Amino acid sequence: MSEEIKLLKGNEAIAHAAVRYGFDGYFGYPITPQSEIMETLMMLKPWETTGMVVLQAESEVAAINMVYGGAGSGKAVMTSSSSPGVSLKQEGISYLAGTELPALIVNVMRGGPGLGTIQPSQADYFQAVKGGGHGDYKLIALAPSSVQEMADFVGLGMDLAFKYRNPAIILADGIIGQMMEKVVLPPYRPRRTEAEIREQCPWALQGKPKGRKPNILTSLELSPAVMEDNNLRFQAKYREIEKNEVRYETVDCEDADYIIVAFGSIARICLKTQEMARAEGIKVGLIRPITLWPFPSQVIADYARKVKGIISVELNAGQMVEDIRLAVNGAIDVKFYGRLGGIVPTPDEVLDVIKKELVK
Amino acid sequence: MNIEDIIKPENIVYSKPRLMNNNPMHYCPGCSHGVVHKLVAELVDEMGLEEKTIGIAPVGCAVFAYNYLDIDWIEAAHGRAPAVATAIKRLNPDKFVFTYQGDGDLAAIGTAETIHACNRGENIVIIFINNAIYGMTGGQMAPTTLLGMKTSTCPYGRTPELNGFPLKISDILAQLDGTRYITRQSVHNAAAIKKTKAALKHAIENAMAKRGTSLVEIVSTCNAGWKMTPDEANKWMVEHMFEKYPLGDIKNE
Amino acid sequence: MAKISGAVVVDNERCKGCNLCVVACPAEVLALQAKEVNDKGYHYAYMANPDKCIGCASCGYVCPDGCITVYKVKI
Repeated sequence: MSEEIKLLKGNEAIAHAAVRYGFDGYFGYPITPQSEIMETLMMLKPWETTGMVVLQAESEVAAINMVYGGAGSGKAVMTSSSSPGVSLKQEGISYLAGTELPALIVNVMRGGPGLGTIQPSQADYFQAVKGGGHGDYKLIALAPSSVQEMADFVGLGMDLAFKYRNPAIILADGIIGQMMEKVVLPPYRPRRTEAEIREQCPWALQGKPKGRKPNILTSLELSPAVMEDNNLRFQAKYREIEKNEVRYETVDCEDADYIIVAFGSIARICLKTQEMARAEGIKVGLIRPITLWPFPSQVIADYARKVKGIISVELNAGQMVEDIRLAVNGAIDVKFYGRLGGIVPTPDEVLDVIKKELVK
Repeated sequence: MNIEDIIKPENIVYSKPRLMNNNPMHYCPGCSHGVVHKLVAELVDEMGLEEKTIGIAPVGCAVFAYNYLDIDWIEAAHGRAPAVATAIKRLNPDKFVFTYQGDGDLAAIGTAETIHACNRGENIVIIFINNAIYGMTGGQMAPTTLLGMKTSTCPYGRTPELNGFPLKISDILAQLDGTRYITRQSVHNAAAIKKTKAALKHAIENAMAKRGTSLVEIVSTCNAGWKMTPDEANKWMVEHMFEKYPLGDIKNE
Repeated sequence: MAKISGAVVVDNERCKGCNLCVVACPAEVLALQAKEVNDKGYHYAYMANPDKCIGCASCGYVCPDGCITVYKVKI
């Protein structure tokens, strides 16, 4: 079946895309502002068409451990939640990373800390890009800024997860999750057969044929030397991902005097700011990191040598700005502007900040 | 008849199961785990399930179960084995999927996962080793520790005021509509071992026929944790554990 | 009536000397080595009274470490 154009919420787009990209399983627990993902899947009843399993778990903890089990059997599996729920999933995410299993996690962020607010936020940036759970590990973190990207990154996230045997996360927020846009849904991709899984994922738990060694999936290793080797292997993989998988978008950066760095929904607002600034004769460009990890450090560092000012605009108290400052490494003073608690700035507001903080 | 004439391959009536490998087991001498491991290995082989079996190892003494039985295994986070098993079975419905869990894993930290997997009637087998103590971490109180029993975190004996009561989780699980077969067995002598093997076989048959969740509780010893010899521990178990945890089928539909 | 005779072979290096086979044996065939130990330092089990073995395999069933092989013949 071919691609299809629909008007969907970001959350709904994720659900439709999961079925079409040939996912084998979704395991989740309801939490605002992302409950439409599971609701849509349940309405779609993919178990009657593609055979995809959709299950409402008893908790986020159970859901991520279902993902862990499903991934262990070589299946394409995912879960979704929002900030407090994603905190609960951290144990399982650490196990996924430590066992090198591919899986897709979606976080439609809301404001925190604690139970916080159901309004949008980007305050889980650190959690998503610095590890999140215990131990040294990285998630491939994708930041969609449109409903189209919500759908596209479901496929991209799973492809990268399998390519590197590493969990990937879509770090969205309540704005992208709830807003409706036109989206081109991908053609149906068939789910893999058991024979294909056995061939493509020789590590997967499918039952041990006579003559093959048992497949054992564990993150436990009591020998310090072997555990260090395991960690070094993970780190080598992370360096490979950093080399191959950085994704970003630039807008009018070539002749820019000032650059805004913003991701996800806030990048859309900053795009308007950038247009307004240009109309006033202020040469502003925009860098939108698409992968938050691996972070587009090089492109930011390169522009930092050419421009007069850089500002990071985020829906948090200043998280991605730390990675920008690391990338820039003191070459230029990096400004920050953020709103908290579910407040979303307007394009004018950001333009005023740019005039005051950068242009002066 | 000379002993050399008896010791011939054709005269073997009992030996280490084929699917149990030669890795030395880390369990303390006399630990019940090894006996249950052997039963699982025998049944998977005898029932022709080697190529379909996926085991979920717990956190606890059996954390390294995957080193001893030559089948596909995944190591679960503490208490999460039933959730892990749920997805594996749902996504691979023709496989034999079982969890192997201790009392702390199943009845304390993993209570929610246990109850909900059973309540959904997942077509898995849960093997539950109840030795009333945390062996791996060095003998702390378990949810199933008997009243008055001393452990390193109730050194003066478990009291209901401080620690609540021993949890009869199998009896709770038998109340759930999703469970098909809940039984309590032991492995302290050959007769008990044969009964436990029959119980496990019935549980596996249920799982393969998709008849709902089966749980085999095995009242076990932890002689090291209990600070007894293996034989003393067996006798103590018969005298004390069986009163609170009586053997037999709790539910068999 | 056929007489049944049996024999037990213990994997000495695997044996942990837990004594459960000795207790389980109905014919008092088995004992732990009094002085001899294996590489791990365990007093492993052996047939102290081989003539008495009936090949019932009780020792094998209760052995947690799978170190016992039991043989049986009808004479």
